[in-house]
Amino acid sequence: MSGGARIRAAIESARANRRPALVAYLTAGFPRLDQFGPLLRATDAAADVIEVGVPFSDPMADGATIQRSSRVALEQGVTLRWILDALGGLAPHARAPILLMSYLNPLLAGGLTETIRRAAAAGVAGFIIPDLPLEESPGLRELARSHGMALVQMVTPVTPDERIRALAAATDGFLYAVTVAGITGGSAASPGEEQRIGAYLDRVRSLSGGAMTCAGFGVRSRAQVRALAPHADGVIVGSALIEAIENKQNITNFLTELVSTT
Amino acid sequence: MTTTILGPPDRLAPGQAATELARLLAGDYPDAAGRFGPFGGRFVPETLMGAVTRLDRVARAAFADPAFRAELDRESRDWIGRPTPLCYAAGLSRAWGAPVWLKREDLAHTGAHKINNALGQALLARRLGATRIVAETGAGQHGVATAAACARLGFPCRVYMGSIDVERQAPNVDRMLRLGAEVVPVETGDRTLRAAIDEALRHWVSDPLETHYLLGSAVGPHPFPWIVREFQSVIGRESRAQMIERTGRLPDAAFACVGGGSNAIGFFHGFLADPRVALFGLEAGGRGPGLGEHSATLSHGRPGVLHGTYSMLLQDSDGQVIETHSVCAGLDYPGVGPEHSFLNWIGRVRYEAVTDREALDAHAECCAREGILPALEPSHALAGARRFASANPGAVLLVNLCGRGDKDMPILAREAPMTGPGGRP
Repeated sequence: MSGGARIRAAIESARANRRPALVAYLTAGFPRLDQFGPLLRATDAAADVIEVGVPFSDPMADGATIQRSSRVALEQGVTLRWILDALGGLAPHARAPILLMSYLNPLLAGGLTETIRRAAAAGVAGFIIPDLPLEESPGLRELARSHGMALVQMVTPVTPDERIRALAAATDGFLYAVTVAGITGGSAASPGEEQRIGAYLDRVRSLSGGAMTCAGFGVRSRAQVRALAPHADGVIVGSALIEAIENKQNITNFLTELVSTT
Repeated sequence: MTTTILGPPDRLAPGQAATELARLLAGDYPDAAGRFGPFGGRFVPETLMGAVTRLDRVARAAFADPAFRAELDRESRDWIGRPTPLCYAAGLSRAWGAPVWLKREDLAHTGAHKINNALGQALLARRLGATRIVAETGAGQHGVATAAACARLGFPCRVYMGSIDVERQAPNVDRMLRLGAEVVPVETGDRTLRAAIDEALRHWVSDPLETHYLLGSAVGPHPFPWIVREFQSVIGRESRAQMIERTGRLPDAAFACVGGGSNAIGFFHGFLADPRVALFGLEAGGRGPGLGEHSATLSHGRPGVLHGTYSMLLQDSDGQVIETHSVCAGLDYPGVGPEHSFLNWIGRVRYEAVTDREALDAHAECCAREGILPALEPSHALAGARRFASANPGAVLLVNLCGRGDKDMPILAREAPMTGPGGRP
């Protein structure tokens, strides 16, 4: 099964259980190298799809939390090579398909063709690349597809309708609906915002041509997830999970409670 | 669709350099994807795609509009003080054994070439309907220029500045505040220009509809490298005409410093079509060629993506951008404008590194022999010209003196303290 098909199946299976799919983001090697395995397993116990963040020195789309986790991971010596070696041992045992979330430059450094080949060999299902817009993406998407991997596209509240259609047609796995024009880790949405986000997600859905949509950026609470659930197939949690790790919470419980419907 | 990001740029085929240069001169670059050959492009989050596309459209319309041109020209004359003079450097000419001419961008309003772009983009921001402006600054010159342009045109202005630069370029911080800007010290990343750009981009991602990001160098996603070059190309146009008027000929060689490369790209554009004018871009060689000791991107870098553009980049083998060093904040940047990577690729411009020491020596010589206290950035260009003169006696040299050195007094006091009568101990 291709990476995109595995991701779609994981999201559909959550929906069959009458809950939104949970996509969870971890910065690889944060807070320590030896915790990557245990944290990935704890995340896998609750999440439907896992995003493994490749730390980058200049994360221009990230807020304070992921800037911090990226810096700590880089200080620990985390590299893409290290991440793919570790995933080679972990991914085959994970239930959830694993996406690599990386800025473009770390993927280019070792040669894109070689990087994609290595990622496929490590069991990675696909990529999310925040600084690779649609116009620049066809070459990379083809290369990923030729190895059975997905390239997930993002849409935002300032993306025009026509462009949402094009992004939905290009995406594989799901369509990543960024809830705010902004960086990751924003504060919880105010009540007025919830209405705006709901309307925006409905618009994305109506334009998505059947692609499943997952809503991310600033998702922190169960109440928020409940408000988002009718408007999207899944939710994406990143900064809040990093903060839960910093606070030494049990992250399986944290994630399970976030999407529990009872 | 382009797939050039898949690998390093190809080696040039025989004759390709001339073809590529002809394309550039014909206006084919940047192309529709914002590329100069393999370099450039728009590697930005989806949130910014609308903003960069709109900026491209509005800039194209503005450049084609005589009314926009007329206002830019009028403000350039009355408010900036253009044209800036071309000045024969008699003392340096005697010392170096070659006639030296200086393009005096240091005499432009606010003391550097940065004002050409700040004014131009502020006028564009008005056409965009933006309600506020953010900018990054390294040495503080772009911050001051942006603060001044915003005051002139009535925009609220916020300037992001690395906390290390806030300290080492303190005089410019005060100038920005007095011109009404809000200065935000950036404590993340390397706390210099690169971190300031990261933070300004984050601001823009969070407010792509109301904010115009007034980027100060010929870097970043398309259309910035092109827009900045267009606003700075007045330096090259004036220089060429002034050289012909004053000397009846073109220079043999022309020199400009390159950090991100905005003064250099505007200056070089006056001479790219003149094959007999040798062009030199001088990068900050810092303390030497070791990793992290310099910011000489074209001399030591590899292609990569930073701040939305595919260009040469100082990075480690894992694609992490490395921290750089230069005695001057304005050149302390690990990337370089994509058009410079292109000009380096085709060999039209030669890029060389100048060490901190060489730049400080050239600075002292310019003070002593010309009565001009230049910024440390163009002191790199002076050092490059001096090096060229020693190998090519009698060659006619033109140096873009892109800024004045008042802002550098704290650095000079530390790096080259005055001793002796009346001096500091």
